[in-house]
Amino acid sequence: MMNKSIEIIIAGRRQRRRRWIVVTTSLAALLFVLCCAMLLLGNTIYPVKDVMLALLGYELKGVSFAVNSIRLPRMLAGFFAGIAFGIGGNTFQTMLRNPLANPNVIGITTGSSAAAVFCIVILHTSESIVSIASIIAGLATVLFIYLFSKGKSFSIGRIILVGIGIQAMLNAAISYILLVGAQQDIPSALRWLTGSLNGAQMHELPPLVIFVVIFAPIIILLGKHLSILELGEQSATSLGLNTDKTRIILIISAVFILALATATTGPIAFVAFLAGPIAKRLVGVGFSNVIPAGLVGANLVLASDLIGQFAFDVRYPVGIITGIIGAPYLIYLLIRMNQKGEL
Amino acid sequence: MKPKHIFQAEGIVAGYDDKAVINKISLEIPSNKINVIIGANACGKSTLLKTLARLIKPTSGKITFDGKSISKIPPKQFARFVGLLPQSPIVPEGITVADLVGRGRFPHQSLFSGWTKEDYEAVAEAMEIMNITELANHHIDELSGGQRQRVWIAMALAQQTDILFLDEPTTFLDITYQVEILDLLTDLNQKRGTTIVMVLHDINLSARYADNIFALCEGKLVAEGEPSEVITSSLIKEIFGLDCTVIEDPISGSPSVVPIGRHHVTNGMHSLGNG
Repeated sequence: MMNKSIEIIIAGRRQRRRRWIVVTTSLAALLFVLCCAMLLLGNTIYPVKDVMLALLGYELKGVSFAVNSIRLPRMLAGFFAGIAFGIGGNTFQTMLRNPLANPNVIGITTGSSAAAVFCIVILHTSESIVSIASIIAGLATVLFIYLFSKGKSFSIGRIILVGIGIQAMLNAAISYILLVGAQQDIPSALRWLTGSLNGAQMHELPPLVIFVVIFAPIIILLGKHLSILELGEQSATSLGLNTDKTRIILIISAVFILALATATTGPIAFVAFLAGPIAKRLVGVGFSNVIPAGLVGANLVLASDLIGQFAFDVRYPVGIITGIIGAPYLIYLLIRMNQKGEL
Repeated sequence: MKPKHIFQAEGIVAGYDDKAVINKISLEIPSNKINVIIGANACGKSTLLKTLARLIKPTSGKITFDGKSISKIPPKQFARFVGLLPQSPIVPEGITVADLVGRGRFPHQSLFSGWTKEDYEAVAEAMEIMNITELANHHIDELSGGQRQRVWIAMALAQQTDILFLDEPTTFLDITYQVEILDLLTDLNQKRGTTIVMVLHDINLSARYADNIFALCEGKLVAEGEPSEVITSSLIKEIFGLDCTVIEDPISGSPSVVPIGRHHVTNGMHSLGNG
């Protein structure tokens, strides 16, 4: 009897694990293809061999500049920002058990954007100061949300409501700055509001890469803890999880990579919102969703950027394309949550 | 058989937002027994349970487990001895029964490990006890209320604790499922010696299934002991403000509370209730 039960359980888990492996491998393979496409496609399509040689450091006239100075940084920025948005968004959504509780909606990325716009339009600071300010602002936004929603006990509803309120205030601040700012500053400020991989440069990337390489693995390692947090405060505590400590580590890790990604590419619309739910739909429930969410995020960014660059007569920044994909999903989600009475 | 543990509370005060819901309660939980906490709504039953299970920090007083203050025991270690099933646990969307029950293994697992042989055995055993083996690979969303409750208890069982706290495990269930859940918990207590501490709403089922009753009234412990000693019409009057007569349950011989309302009263029971 007992052995038969164990077999049933093992069989079920094996099936779910196989699905996880197949989906995750496919996502990684697709991501590889998209990365190659980012390097190969452009105004001029160079032979694969030339692109490879250029990447390996050989000087080829025209090819080296296009590949190493334009396409490679663009691809890397999209790759790492996509992973950051995917993992960071999924962390908040899982921890707060609500797909609406993502960094775009509760104002974390808006905090970064507002600081950047303020620095560009009002203070006219250098680019590196803009980046640093946006990171600090992202962390400060989370701190504000945390302090304002902190009661005697942890409340998800309060966090989301306070977050939406703060986001509205920050958006008002951004609108005001754009209104009083000088016309010539507006275009570079707008880049911070839609998100774009245009003009990504190699020397801007190291902070984002370093933070993703440090903090994404922390979140991946805590995947099991995240799935216990998902059971709610009481169950998690009675299962022996130190909920406050776990939450703080997860929030800090997620905010660092989100703020850095926003600082590098701007808040690419809806990627942090879409990646987690899409990954969950693909891999199912039972095994950690963190890695698939990161892969989906990177795939979304790179695929949308390729569409934005090449599908139309005019080139659109990546944020416009992800916005077009994401907005209908947000509406669908709201309708579905409304039907289920979860709103 | 589960080992004997000494679980004591001394003068504990606890509540929410500085308002004391339970006030200076001292008790010792009889080991390897079924304990039921009874009392009117908002009298602090659930708060007492949560405070004992470490979900709420008492503002004063102390709780000790085998002589050690529970706040000094590392959370994971405590979770290997004491489990709690909350009143309304949260279901992650789309999870299967086996995976949910498996999450009860968390306190036994390390950061990196996958499921070990012990994990599979504990999960299989818990599911067998709760009769949900055939549901193993179903989604929780597809189950009925009674089945769901058995899944949650199975998760707490997979935790393999010696002491199990349950906050109203039968609320919102049909009477059939209420009895089924209480029978399963009694099996667990009799076969394994698991100490059970639960909050129940139904006073008669409490009297039938409990070895020991804790009666709360307005945050104070007003009576404690075997149901046959504790459940009297004067206690029911004190904690619920209800006039009643207590008869012997024809099935179990335990006390059974028959309320006296303003209507449908015959046989001169009015005078009995009021006297």
